[in-house]
Amino acid sequence: MTETDLENAKSMSIIVTKGSLDWAYPPFILGTTAAAMDIKVTMFFTFYGLPLLLKKLDLQMTAFGNAAMKMPMMGMHMGMPNIVNMIPGVDAGATKMMKNMMAQKGVASIEDLREASVDLDIRMIACQMTMDLFEYDTKDMIDGIELGGAATYMETASNSEINLFI
Amino acid sequence: MADQTLDAKGLNCPLPILKAKKTLKSMSSGETLQILSTDPGSVADFEAFCRQTGNELVSSSSEGDTYTFLIKVAA
Repeated sequence: MTETDLENAKSMSIIVTKGSLDWAYPPFILGTTAAAMDIKVTMFFTFYGLPLLLKKLDLQMTAFGNAAMKMPMMGMHMGMPNIVNMIPGVDAGATKMMKNMMAQKGVASIEDLREASVDLDIRMIACQMTMDLFEYDTKDMIDGIELGGAATYMETASNSEINLFI
Repeated sequence: MADQTLDAKGLNCPLPILKAKKTLKSMSSGETLQILSTDPGSVADFEAFCRQTGNELVSSSSEGDTYTFLIKVAA
């Protein structure tokens, strides 16, 4: 190890609590990038973040209650009134639009980023309590994950310089 | 001439970094990797990436919409 490596050696933990299409990005982008920068990364998936470990991902999003969400449209940026979100199919449409936009702009899919996380040896912990609460089974989840609870996370966090809650 | 070239054009953050890391991992110390990107954010990002990982950013330039980086694998 060179001196630079030692000075920069770091570890990071992220608590992943949200599993919608838009909220799945920050933890996976920061996690994979940190790991690519030789930072040891642990991701703890809890509550609505837990389904991000399911083998088959079907991420959705909604503009409901998100006043800051404006989509580019004909050279402008348009928000969506909450009442429109009540109409069946609107969320599915918004999700499809977002996925198309992402593909067009060369933004990675969550599936790709998760695969990169596995390749980069990111430690992924599934919250046991959430598994019980929402009745998930490890057999439906990707290989290589660990099970753990708050103490497992805290031990990791206390040894990490960077700890994020997303 | 670089030992290897990575075409990351059209890819957005953080893919150019992730793909660069994957390629650098397979290379030996002292070898050079040329990366082509169209992501304006990759200019600052490759500088930060190299400072953190200890790989050397030999050059960073742009022509038209394309950014070119030359990274030398750390000893």
